[in-house]
Amino acid sequence: MKNTPGRRTSGKSRIMIVVNGEPMEWEEGMTVRDIIDGKRYVFPLLAVWVDHVPVPRDRFDDATVPDGSNIQIIHMISGG
Amino acid sequence: MEKMKVLAEWTYVPANPFRGYTGKTLKVNVGDKTFQSKDVSEEMKEKFTGGRGFGLKLLWDSVKDTTRWDDPENEIVISGGPLCGVTQYPGMGKFYAVFVSPLTDQTYDSNAGGHFGPLLKFAGFDAIEVQGKAEKDVIVLVDADEKKVQILESPFEDVNAYTVTEALHEYFGKPGDINDRRFVSVVTAGKGAETSYWGCLNSSFWDSHRKLPRLKQAGRGGGGTILRDKKIAALVVKTHDLTGTANNPADLDTLTRLGAKLHKEILTLDSQQCRMRTAGTSHLNEIMNEYHLLPTMNYKFGQHLDADKIHSTVYEKMFTQGIADGCWYGCTMACAKAVDGFTLKTGPWEGRKITVDGPEYETAAGMGPNVGVFDPVWTTEVNFYADHYGLDTISLGTGIAFVCECFELGLINKEHTNGLDLRFGNKADILELLHRLGEGKDEFALMVGKGIHRMKDLFADHFGADRDVMERIGMEGQGIEVSEYVPKESIAQWGGYFLTLKGPQHDEAWLIFMDRVNKQLPTFEDKAEALHYFPNFRTWFSLTGVCKLPWNDIEPADNATSYPPQEAAKVPEHVQNYVEVFNAVTGKNIDKEELVLQSERVYNFQRVFQLRLGKGTRKYHNIPDRALGPVWADEWEAREEYYDNELKATGIDPAGLSSQEKCDRLLKKRREQWEELVSAVYKRRGWDKNGIPTVKKLKSLGMDLPEVVATVEKYARPEDQW
Repeated sequence: MKNTPGRRTSGKSRIMIVVNGEPMEWEEGMTVRDIIDGKRYVFPLLAVWVDHVPVPRDRFDDATVPDGSNIQIIHMISGG
Repeated sequence: MEKMKVLAEWTYVPANPFRGYTGKTLKVNVGDKTFQSKDVSEEMKEKFTGGRGFGLKLLWDSVKDTTRWDDPENEIVISGGPLCGVTQYPGMGKFYAVFVSPLTDQTYDSNAGGHFGPLLKFAGFDAIEVQGKAEKDVIVLVDADEKKVQILESPFEDVNAYTVTEALHEYFGKPGDINDRRFVSVVTAGKGAETSYWGCLNSSFWDSHRKLPRLKQAGRGGGGTILRDKKIAALVVKTHDLTGTANNPADLDTLTRLGAKLHKEILTLDSQQCRMRTAGTSHLNEIMNEYHLLPTMNYKFGQHLDADKIHSTVYEKMFTQGIADGCWYGCTMACAKAVDGFTLKTGPWEGRKITVDGPEYETAAGMGPNVGVFDPVWTTEVNFYADHYGLDTISLGTGIAFVCECFELGLINKEHTNGLDLRFGNKADILELLHRLGEGKDEFALMVGKGIHRMKDLFADHFGADRDVMERIGMEGQGIEVSEYVPKESIAQWGGYFLTLKGPQHDEAWLIFMDRVNKQLPTFEDKAEALHYFPNFRTWFSLTGVCKLPWNDIEPADNATSYPPQEAAKVPEHVQNYVEVFNAVTGKNIDKEELVLQSERVYNFQRVFQLRLGKGTRKYHNIPDRALGPVWADEWEAREEYYDNELKATGIDPAGLSSQEKCDRLLKKRREQWEELVSAVYKRRGWDKNGIPTVKKLKSLGMDLPEVVATVEKYARPEDQW
């Protein structure tokens, strides 16, 4: 089992992932797209790393996220 | 049009550009009607690179420490830079205008697309300085075909931009050959620029598809105000020496290869990424709304239920599609969108069917939600008239948003506004205010046109308006209005706007996503690092004549999978492209570190220049409360849970506090954080506690020029050393 700050290991067993440093509830079969939609990240230039491994943009819809994982969703814009 | 009278004339032999430079600059004084050509030294290229760097250097040599915007020695310096005019790589037709600003009383730099920058270089000059004040309206013509520079008597009674631009493209084009008008470019302002400090510079290009001139704006800082103060109706450049290789690059093959790669990337990926080719920058409308960043009602809110009405798909339908909308040749990004066949409903051209350039995001947001209006057709009409009158749509939007809030708070009323009901969303009266600004006669409009910084004094002095309230809600810094992003939730963006050289414009750093959404900048040191790198990297565009958009509004398909997150945000492949394009044009051999160094030299020089003009210290890096957080209870209550959590994160329990008390407590904390940010950034930039570059820093950059060091030594205090 991964030791990530978002994972709850005691009490009522809600499993959490961490997205951009914030805890988020995890569900079985959750994909990268589910997280993006859940966060309402509508910006098109998103880059995603799951446990430091990049996920290609064309895999967002089917790449599933393991429980307890640490996810970075980076909005690529650096200038207005 | 009758033949224009020549008031003064100077003949010259146009220098051919070689490796991006002509090696010559031109100075025209419209006051004493003199002309001068100067050589560009290797040292000038080394230290200032070009574009804004050349502008600042030439301006430094021409003004005094006491020069203000309306002094005759103040100049408008326009320079493209060594990459300006490249047609192989997208986005390389920009010029940068530098001047002492009426809004900020210090140097300002503002850029525009259009063809003026490239044609000026191909006419033989790396830069043009315009100095002096004419007695009556003139036109300055640089005519490389006839090898003459002339000061002409202006025939125009109506100096508004489209009137003058259309007439001059026709006048200087070959009679009977409409396509010949593409060898002409015109810089104008407009009637509104004469009495307002928001005057913009309109730069034209001949649209061969539509058979009419289009206008792009160096909108910010009041350059158009100075143009009209000098009684210049237009600057015109004309040359037929216009080829795809007119820069005489050192390595055309590399340039072509790099350009082809980016063209392919844009054509393949833009429709899945930012849709710049169909929606232009309006693609940001709904994105900013979703992230609470769309300025709504003077930045009180960042989101609104009516935002769907200004969705980019609405603008996309209004924009004519399928036309190559680049504002310089070879730009496949083609984001210079236009609304064709638009019938004006108001104003001096009421009933005319015209083409409107834009609206771009800043206009769509500023003269949209920020003034409480969600009507793209209205915004399009405003966009046209603002350009025509020569007014910056960003300052206009933010400035009128301030006026609307003052009106709603009862600080001003209809007696003061000469009958206008300036509540948010009152389209008819806000548009009428724009026409009054354009006409330049109405007393209230004259006050508004001086900008928020001066409006605060004017409203207090003339109407007894509460100065403290206005200080809190007036979204300006260093005298100029904030551009159209809500900064209050990102500490890093406080710096991106308010720790800038010239005031809150977003061309130094846009860090809201990195900081607030991505959480990539958790510490003050991280934020300071970003506020060192991005301003210095982005300054480079202004030195070379390059548009920022093809850098990161398109990215390689594998950008995110090839680099770690922190690096990917810089789009390393595109940065490397710029390094190679620069080398391919100039024959030099820089790397990405030297690229940033080129910028840092000019960045620090400009900081010292502000100091020389009596600004450029910590007290001028001011920030209003509205930029730091919610000021009024209704702002808090619109996102109560979010703000309660923000307050809790500072260690304050919101329970039992009123919404207004919560606002005040959070703002107090955030102002402490602001001071912490300022110190961290100054330290990282190599400046002292008072925001002055240290001599050590200048030496490390090779910018320890005697007059620069003397300026620093005059103002630096021992107690400000770290």
